[in-house]
Amino acid sequence: MKLIILDDYDQASEWAAKYIRNKILLFHPGPDRYFTMGLPTGSTPLGCYKKLIEFYKNGEISFQYVKTFNMDEYVGLPRDHPESYHSFMWNNFFKHIDIKAENTHILDGNAADLQAECQAFEDKITAAGGIELFVGGIGPDGHIAFNEPGSSLVSRTRVKTLAKDTIIANARFFDGDLSKVPTMALTVGVGTVMDAKEVMILITGAHKAFALYKAIEEGVNHMWTVSAFQQHPQTVFVCDEDATLELRVKTVKYFKGMMYVHNKLVETHPLDAKKN
Amino acid sequence: MPSNKSVSDAPITQFINCRILRDHKLQRDDLWVREGKILNPEKLFFDEQGYADERVDCEGSIIAPGFIDVQINGGHGVDFSQASDDAGSGVSFVAQKILEHGVTSFCPTLVTSPADVYHKVLPQVKVHDGGRHGAGVLGLHLEGPFISVEKKGAHPEQFLRTFRSGAGSLDDLMEAYGSLDNVAMVTLAPELSGSQSAVRELCRRGVAVSLGHSVANLSQAEDAVRSGASFITHLFNAMLPFHHRDPGIVGLLTSDQVPAGRTVYYGMIADGIHTNPAALRLVLVTDAIAAMGLPPGRHTLGQQVIEIQGLHAYVAGTKTLSGSIATMDECVRHFKQASGCSVEEALEAASLHPAQLLGVSHKKGNLDYGSDADLTLLDDGLNVRATYISGEEVWRKGS
Repeated sequence: MKLIILDDYDQASEWAAKYIRNKILLFHPGPDRYFTMGLPTGSTPLGCYKKLIEFYKNGEISFQYVKTFNMDEYVGLPRDHPESYHSFMWNNFFKHIDIKAENTHILDGNAADLQAECQAFEDKITAAGGIELFVGGIGPDGHIAFNEPGSSLVSRTRVKTLAKDTIIANARFFDGDLSKVPTMALTVGVGTVMDAKEVMILITGAHKAFALYKAIEEGVNHMWTVSAFQQHPQTVFVCDEDATLELRVKTVKYFKGMMYVHNKLVETHPLDAKKN
Repeated sequence: MPSNKSVSDAPITQFINCRILRDHKLQRDDLWVREGKILNPEKLFFDEQGYADERVDCEGSIIAPGFIDVQINGGHGVDFSQASDDAGSGVSFVAQKILEHGVTSFCPTLVTSPADVYHKVLPQVKVHDGGRHGAGVLGLHLEGPFISVEKKGAHPEQFLRTFRSGAGSLDDLMEAYGSLDNVAMVTLAPELSGSQSAVRELCRRGVAVSLGHSVANLSQAEDAVRSGASFITHLFNAMLPFHHRDPGIVGLLTSDQVPAGRTVYYGMIADGIHTNPAALRLVLVTDAIAAMGLPPGRHTLGQQVIEIQGLHAYVAGTKTLSGSIATMDECVRHFKQASGCSVEEALEAASLHPAQLLGVSHKKGNLDYGSDADLTLLDDGLNVRATYISGEEVWRKGS
């Protein structure tokens, strides 16, 4: 596991975006070789998306040969509702870049057969050759995607009933009216994300500090589903100082001491990307 | 790039690098157009998996809905109020010329004229869509002859008319105009006896009624609004001034007698006015005459000879103002500068508000999805860079 600690949200976002940029460049995507990504929604990844858009506009990267799979979507919310994850992805990312609609995949929370929709999503990931890099965020209770506390750590894409905490947290997006907040969602499972070659988790803000502590300093526990990634061979947690508040000084010092190594991962124009 | 064909074969154009006027705000966003209509790109992306066939780099331009001039008497030597055999081509000529002012639709306006002028000209002017050939015609604006003698302005007194008592007002309208088929708006004075039933007749036929050239008091104006009138022709000009005991037509701006859900708009030839909340109902008009676009000299306005001195148009030998020689883009710039209003307010006064007034805001005067792609591209100084009608470029500066 890598733990990347940056000063603040903006720096964490930029670091994550640069990491993604370099991953795409090093992969050398092409018509027969798509780079596959898992993508989150929410306020945490916004800064990272903004940076990626900037890189695209500067001509540093293209998403022409990138396939994306989103983590989750509400059930029963109209697709063009401003709070749907379709709207989020369109407004905050897709409309600004050169990705093709056919290469983006978001679960359809209005499908007639929700279970079939989930299975089809898993099949599409498999057909695309699995996911190279799954980017995720977490909730203050340590949930990844909508894998609420208590979710099976080997779960697959499925229908989930949201935890009360999540519904309350989301009410602010629905005029503060709890009755308007969707209570169910389709979400990839912890196991789905675990299958990715690499996982990057963004965690920023003091309110996520306890979740980060549970994720990396305590044992694997289905009540903090993000802790499952302790078992993943390639996980990178990107956080800001605030998110480290509950960590041991020793942990923070150790990983900060390695930043000079980790920062090499985000240097502009990775050498071997240029060579080929 | 082929776009997805499941919904339409038509090519899709994406205007990039622009700020578009939507929801009363300039927003950094792209504008998408297909089949002459503004397209919702999110639906295109998710429903059709489609994308743009062509991209137009707007180089930072503002994109506003195309301007709509509901009161223009002519321009470039053409006077719409002349009994000419080729009045139609005169309208077409002006329609083409005003593209460079960002105008995509207009109402050719006739001042008070003898019946033979109306009978000759009206059949030659048809409502039609705009395009490369020129701005679209939304219908005629007939200013007079049912107006007040006291406030006739530049309208010739001998051709003014009243409604005959006893006879149906429709008969009077038909006798004067000959036809109402291609008429979008009529300006009349609501104090004329029989005018209330004329207002109702006109509104029933989908003709907007404007109040002007009038000495009406407020209650007469309010009666007309209750009968369906929705506009005030060149506010303050050719009407009684606001008086505390009887505010007259101007009093409609603050009247509480306007039926709920109805709005009374008012036209202004933008020079030196001050903005206030009522600006939300402001419609910029040019009231331009034949001399617009020409050097100073003598021109006609219907039956009158007009003399241009500097920027003023006077009835020859008098100090009676008669229309203007302003272009719509000049009016927008002047309005913004003189009133200190926002760019958005200035642009909407020349696009959204006239469309609302004419009841065509479901397709014109805004950049909402599904609306006609009539566009005016402007720089930050509100100078027109290019004009589009139904998504097609119809004018571009320097080309």
